[in-house]
Amino acid sequence: MVKQEKMKREKGTFPFVGPILACVASMSPCAAFADWEINLPRGVTPMSRDIYDLHMTIIGILAVIGVIVYGVVIYTIIRHRHSKGAEAATFDKNLTLENIWTVIPFLILIGMAIPATLVMMDMDDVADADLTIEITGSQWKWHYSYLDQGIEFYSNLSTPPDQIYGAAKKDAWYLREVDRPLVLPINKKVRFVVTSTDVIHSWWVPELGIKRDALPGFIYQAWARIDKPGTYRGQCAELCGVGHAFMPIVVKAVSDEDFSRWVGQQKKPHAAPRTAQWTMETAMARGKALFNRRCAACHQENGSGIPALFPALNTSAVTVGPISQHIDLVLNGVPGSAMQAFGPQLDDAALAAIITYERNAWGNDTGNLVTPDQVRARRSTQPTKRGNDQP
Amino acid sequence: MTMSTQHDAALEQPHPNARRSLAGFLKHWLFTTNHKDIGTLYLCLSLTMFFVGGAMALVIRAELFQPGMKVVDPDFYNVLITMHGLIMLFAVVMPAGVGLANWQIPMMIGAPDMALPRLNNMSFWILPCAITLLASTILMKGGGPNFGWTLYAPLSTAFGPPSTDFLIFSVHMLGISSILGSINIIVTIINMRAPGMTWMKLPMFVWTWLVTAFLLLCIMPVLAGAVTMMLADRNFGTTFFDAAGGGDPLLYQHLFWFFGHPEVYVLILPAFGVISQIIPTFSRKKLFGYGLMVIATAAIAFLSLTVWAHHMFTTGVPLGAELYFMYATMLIAVPTGIKVFNWVATMYRGSLSFETPMLFAIAFIFLFTLGGFTGVMMAIAPSDYQYHDSYFIVAHFHYVLVPGAIFAFLGAIYYWLPKWCGRMYDERLGQWHFWLTFIATNVTFFPMHFLGLAGMPRRIPDYALQFSNFNAVASVGAFIFGFAQLIFLYNVIHTIRSGKKATAQVWDGAEGLEWTLSSPPPYHSFQTPPKIAP
Amino acid sequence: MAHAQSKYFVPKPSYWPLLGCIGLLTFFVGAAHWLHHVWYGPYLLFLGATIVIMMMIGWFGRVIHENRTGLHNDQVDHSFRWGMMWFIYSEVLFFACFFGALFYTRLWSVPELGGELHPITHILLWSDFTAQWPLMRTPDNSEFTGPASLSSPWGIPALNTLLLLSSGVAVTIAHWGLRHGKRAVLIGGLIISILLGATFLFCQGMEYHAAYTEHGLTLDAGSYGSLFFILTGFHGAHVTIGATFLTIILMRSLAGHFTADNQFAFEAGTWYWHFVDVVWLMLFIFVYWL
Repeated sequence: MVKQEKMKREKGTFPFVGPILACVASMSPCAAFADWEINLPRGVTPMSRDIYDLHMTIIGILAVIGVIVYGVVIYTIIRHRHSKGAEAATFDKNLTLENIWTVIPFLILIGMAIPATLVMMDMDDVADADLTIEITGSQWKWHYSYLDQGIEFYSNLSTPPDQIYGAAKKDAWYLREVDRPLVLPINKKVRFVVTSTDVIHSWWVPELGIKRDALPGFIYQAWARIDKPGTYRGQCAELCGVGHAFMPIVVKAVSDEDFSRWVGQQKKPHAAPRTAQWTMETAMARGKALFNRRCAACHQENGSGIPALFPALNTSAVTVGPISQHIDLVLNGVPGSAMQAFGPQLDDAALAAIITYERNAWGNDTGNLVTPDQVRARRSTQPTKRGNDQP
Repeated sequence: MTMSTQHDAALEQPHPNARRSLAGFLKHWLFTTNHKDIGTLYLCLSLTMFFVGGAMALVIRAELFQPGMKVVDPDFYNVLITMHGLIMLFAVVMPAGVGLANWQIPMMIGAPDMALPRLNNMSFWILPCAITLLASTILMKGGGPNFGWTLYAPLSTAFGPPSTDFLIFSVHMLGISSILGSINIIVTIINMRAPGMTWMKLPMFVWTWLVTAFLLLCIMPVLAGAVTMMLADRNFGTTFFDAAGGGDPLLYQHLFWFFGHPEVYVLILPAFGVISQIIPTFSRKKLFGYGLMVIATAAIAFLSLTVWAHHMFTTGVPLGAELYFMYATMLIAVPTGIKVFNWVATMYRGSLSFETPMLFAIAFIFLFTLGGFTGVMMAIAPSDYQYHDSYFIVAHFHYVLVPGAIFAFLGAIYYWLPKWCGRMYDERLGQWHFWLTFIATNVTFFPMHFLGLAGMPRRIPDYALQFSNFNAVASVGAFIFGFAQLIFLYNVIHTIRSGKKATAQVWDGAEGLEWTLSSPPPYHSFQTPPKIAP
Repeated sequence: MAHAQSKYFVPKPSYWPLLGCIGLLTFFVGAAHWLHHVWYGPYLLFLGATIVIMMMIGWFGRVIHENRTGLHNDQVDHSFRWGMMWFIYSEVLFFACFFGALFYTRLWSVPELGGELHPITHILLWSDFTAQWPLMRTPDNSEFTGPASLSSPWGIPALNTLLLLSSGVAVTIAHWGLRHGKRAVLIGGLIISILLGATFLFCQGMEYHAAYTEHGLTLDAGSYGSLFFILTGFHGAHVTIGATFLTIILMRSLAGHFTADNQFAFEAGTWYWHFVDVVWLMLFIFVYWL
């Protein structure tokens, strides 16, 4: 009898609580995904766990010290008040006490330094890796190269600009999703060799316990052994220009067999881009979308650039001049400037679309329809280089 | 000597408090060699720039209130965070410290003025020129500097906008001001002490400024060299920071942080000095462990010159260097801890009252110590791999700078303003200001610890959804903080114009030469050195 | 040294400092515009420099006048001495920055790029580069072409060392002359010292000319060129300042301003000159020789 009543009551309350919660939740636009996370993730590598343990230990020690110190201050504030008639003592030194609170902190620090040293030494040991990934940061994307498998690709933010600048609803992984994640096998020691093509970036994935600055012209290393399959997300952690917030990292850790299968798939040759359906409409539509995503950060969506920093394309000799020169510039970039070489980053069809768009938008109106074949032809006249090399 | 008599005639001044024309007003403040005037100039500049830098902070927090780019574009956001940092450090905290030094040091040591009064004038007036140059970069073609106050190469060299060169020259001017000012302070403290004012009788505020000035002389020339190399890389084809020519971006970081780390001690040591003045006064008890306090101050300064690469733990410096810098950085906690313990021991079994200066000083002890704790956490190099360049760092440095330096300087104004202008401030308004500021500071900056640990990087105008809640909280706190400072502004102005008359002693627990002078003190005080009891 | 005053001299309000600030601002704004090829840049720069020089003449002139009319006591003299010492200290740190850059580049970044410490940078990025110092062939030699050759340290550089060292000796002898009231020694020593300093500058100018025209050692010749010119360049600027300082001291000595116990400015000049000398020795050893 009692149980039934209890159930009835619960059934009775739920209908009220649910809608109320839902109303509250729906008032915040992002309530469904917002967190109140307050601590480091424990992570999925031995390193991340070591760091987490060190972090918690230090917090524990400091909390004890804090309780003691704050406790004394609070006690003093309550007990030694002038308004309550407290008389001030006259002591102004006590050598014993001063020695104690010099030596004891020193010893505590030594106690902290020992485990920290051991973890640091472990972090530094990149030898005997099963797999080496070369990570190259650029403005504003990451490039991954599996040195032993011969696979390489760029990984770009895939959140549409509409969600960032416009009113489109933000999806769950807003700003932390990419077109091509870094796929890694679990239970293997992975060595990361990190560099940059332009400015300093930083490759940071908290759950892997890794952060390594990407310095142009130098390679610095890190390693990890992931022991749980899953998707782990991070971001660039060094200010690198306007797109700093927009170059996330997604690592997909999979089993060994899944990894081998994935490697096999990557190595299949790309189908040549079809030019049969290449019309002005398709090129302009695709070009506009690609331009806004890849070029507008500097050249702006209206093509006007930023004076003295990024050239305008709506009043440019290049975008209305000879097509071959325009293609070359986009393929090879401008060394010593922020204009990267996009040849290695985009395929012929993408480049053709962008260049077509640039030549016809904003009143440029050349009427040129640049085809993927034209881009391929210009490519073959010059040595292809990775985007990070100076010619 | 016709030139000099003409010079004197041109500058013949009536008494400073006499009524004057606009021309007279300008001449007085532009040409003054009086340490009290110059102290006032520094403090007024600092307060004005506090609101400018603060307004930038509010735009930043407005953008960060919600995910999505809603208020500014990413490039201007980067300009804002750069300028906010540069202004708060070079145009607010440092001038405030020097302003307090100018007002207080001569009075505290029984000197008639600073050792080199005309140099003192120049040190100040360089600042508005430098800050105007700095601020003007925002309006230049290509936008203002957008690479963070740390000016890392190659973002600032190969990719910096044209205004960067103007920024570099502004930094040169700021450096010259600091160097000339520091020389003056050191020489004053060494050479201008009244007979009987021995080293071990010096107030702690004077000791901390002696050490701070020494640090400034060590580090500002290095900053000058580093930004000169930046200028050369940008304009003359040099390759100091470019691997293609044999250089290294990390060289910039080593040089910058050799300046940058002691710089943060430059910001906080005068604040330590202020706390060491306020707490004994309102505890009605002498400062505990004076000798060790002096030694700890010197130890902090010397150590601070040896720990710079803890800002570079994640760059890949060799293991030996990581370990050395970790150990040296952890070591600084010892003298800093000594200072905190000594302040607490000063309060303990004192006779405490809680006027506004004391409220700020006690808040300093709680919250600066919290910032110190997160500093110890960051010193642990492996852990720093997770904290570095995240909001955890932003939380740390705002805790040591806002409830650290800023609270100390606010407390200092409440503490010394009655002496300077002879009028008491409104205590109730002071309490309102304190409590609003204290609460708002914690609401703003405490959640940033969580954001950093949860994985939010710094210097981003937009963020992933999981960071929304704490960002919203922080933004609300920031706006409360901003508006609370208007109470302070009102209180200061109202006090100067029409506050109740103050006594010479002002605070019954206050000790030191400045409290033997009238409130306000004579325009030229201690023209005859005071007699100091042995 | 005038002992007439027992009170510390506190100067009246003065417009020289503000003029200096205006001069500095004009100078730097002019410099920035010049770098950006704006036509009025150089004019602003020279205007600013002129204002600063006028400020120095006016301000220092005023201080000299105050000194000559007995307004300074021993305590003021001590302030000047301490001030000059700490100023030179800050200059030492300025050069330390560039020497630090030299040692870092030479001992870390160049060997690292050449694969001598951690091979991976060299293997993956700069496989053609061999670490050497002086850096004759940079990692990206097509963009930053290293110098074709360098002049021998035992030519002009060694001569310059001799010139500056002798100049330091000369100024010390002049000081001896001042302290012992031997005017001829004082004046002669100063003149010789200044002439040797000027000769140094002339030889350094010739070195620079040869570097640019014969050796291909330019500012953009990679890190060796960068460090060479920034170190020797700032040093040369300081020699110029020091020589100017000594010239003014010479003029004041001719006018009889200095006595055995009123000689701060003279000593300040000699300290500065010795500082410049020591920096040169460091340059000679670490930039030219080793």
